[in-house]
Amino acid sequence: MTNKINLYDVTLRDGSHAISHQLDEMQIDEYTKGIEKTGIYAIEVGHGNGLGASSVLVGQSKISDELLIKTAKNNLHSTKLGIHVIPGFATINKDIKNALYWGVDIVRVASHCTEADTTERHLGYVREKGKEAYGLLMMSHMTTPEILLDEAIKMQTYGAEAIVILDSAGSYLPDDVKERISLLSQNLNIPIGFHAHNNLGLAISNSLVAIESGAQIIDGAVKGFGAGAGNAQLEVLVALLEKMDYQTNIDLYKMLDVADMVESRLLKEPISISSLSIVSAIAGVFSGFSKHVKRVSKEFGVDPRDIFMELGRQKIVAGQEDTIIDIAIKLQKRI
Amino acid sequence: MKFKVAILGTGNIGTDLLIKIFRSEHLQCTLFSGRNLNSKGMLKAMSLGVPLSEKGIDAIVANPECCDLVFDATSAASHTLHASILKKLGKIVIDLTPAKIGLLTIPSVNLSEALQYDNLNMITCGGQASIPIAHAISQVEKNIEYIELVSTIASKSAGPGTRANIDEYIETTEKALSHFTGCQNVKVILNLNPAQPSIDMNTTIYLKIKSPNMDLIRSEVTKMVSTIKSYVPGYMLALEPVYDNGLVILSIKVQGLGDYLPKYAGNLDIINSAAIAIAEEFAKNKKDSEILS
Repeated sequence: MTNKINLYDVTLRDGSHAISHQLDEMQIDEYTKGIEKTGIYAIEVGHGNGLGASSVLVGQSKISDELLIKTAKNNLHSTKLGIHVIPGFATINKDIKNALYWGVDIVRVASHCTEADTTERHLGYVREKGKEAYGLLMMSHMTTPEILLDEAIKMQTYGAEAIVILDSAGSYLPDDVKERISLLSQNLNIPIGFHAHNNLGLAISNSLVAIESGAQIIDGAVKGFGAGAGNAQLEVLVALLEKMDYQTNIDLYKMLDVADMVESRLLKEPISISSLSIVSAIAGVFSGFSKHVKRVSKEFGVDPRDIFMELGRQKIVAGQEDTIIDIAIKLQKRI
Repeated sequence: MKFKVAILGTGNIGTDLLIKIFRSEHLQCTLFSGRNLNSKGMLKAMSLGVPLSEKGIDAIVANPECCDLVFDATSAASHTLHASILKKLGKIVIDLTPAKIGLLTIPSVNLSEALQYDNLNMITCGGQASIPIAHAISQVEKNIEYIELVSTIASKSAGPGTRANIDEYIETTEKALSHFTGCQNVKVILNLNPAQPSIDMNTTIYLKIKSPNMDLIRSEVTKMVSTIKSYVPGYMLALEPVYDNGLVILSIKVQGLGDYLPKYAGNLDIINSAAIAIAEEFAKNKKDSEILS
């Protein structure tokens, strides 16, 4: 096992969920100037659901993908710029081609945990263009470790240079993480990564379990700025890994400066484990649903917790936010 | 005599088409052609006693008299190669891939126009389910600022061809949505859901309209739903039009007839039933002209 860990910063992408995708140019400019100084390997920018995802379904971005990417790229020199791409939202011709032209270095192509074959062409395209291509399996708690491995192997075959497992609902217990990351890192010959959500207060400890089980890439967000209860808090990871003698090549003080800046400039409210986030983890529903469920439940006068439990019962996946209103209306009629 | 049709592509779409053609009073499948004689679809066709080939389009080139009309259920890339060959052979082509070479066709909207063309593109399953509704609304609401379609289909109903063509699905559906509504600002999203038991196909339509006439919209939508139901029996309104947050929102659910795949695969039914409705119209026209001559 290597003691070098690549931390991957999703603050400006997963954090977009927390502010309904209202990141602006100034915030990105200020953030990327600070983060470049920390020495972190890569950061991600974009709409919470990635490239080309601005929509009424999941929320419209304040500024275009072009402006998001160009503003970030302008300040990044040694730190690489990544984007999140979900086939079904973004296409190669409409979105990925341009993003590479604007200077993106890493494309993380994501699918629901059992649908890896939708990523074949996108991963292939990114490799063909000589950029870094990662495969991401979202909502990974919704399938078995064995199927997760099969899907990860498919992505490796398509050309993925790393596989990241996402705990999109923040519902994993430490043993769940251990089982999956161990299985994948033993059976694949590319680095494995883990992306935590903090719904049950386990984002940091699950990330450490992932590292102990062989993960070499860990996603984090400054101040935990991410969907729902947020992600593994990046500056905490940096400090912990330093204490545990792992190499991250990140300057802790500079990272803490970024954290203080995020606290004063990016956060509308501190990221915390809300009651609804706990319900979302128990129901096994995508953390990004939280803002939509809150709005719709208020409008139709139904309990948001009931909506989450019903979404979980129907095994709704990320991208099916349209179901929320349907469920709310049905719950309302029952009352 | 029945109108002779061939099917290219023996995946989920091609095989479901075959079973539907078997029921048709007007159509007869005279060739089922793909790449692999051992595929599930081929075995099904063999059990029905349909002439088979593993030579793909070459089977039609070798014996052009075998059919009058060809359903292409391969992939967008393959149809791009097939289109010119079939044109030279003088075949009517109904293209079920998102290659968008031929006339964008929705039976409930432009059936009579379609009869003037020899290559008809069936857009996509999500397009067939939602565009006629968006079109009907665009006839009574002239100032639609934006339209978004979100479709979710069961993982099991999406074969390898559909999965490889996910980008073409989006781009073709968006092009057709703009074409049939006159609204240039559109977006299309597709989800695959692996839940067991498999979910029915669902499509939600969002239209950004300032002060819409909801009564008029509801009545136009109801009319269009019953027109579509006439060729797709499992087509239904799952969420009646509501006005929320500046958007008219409605949802469609499509259950299939359970011909090749179980009932959840409404996405196969909606595009295949539309394709067959058009082929039957060609067949009836041919019969009429034969009677006249």
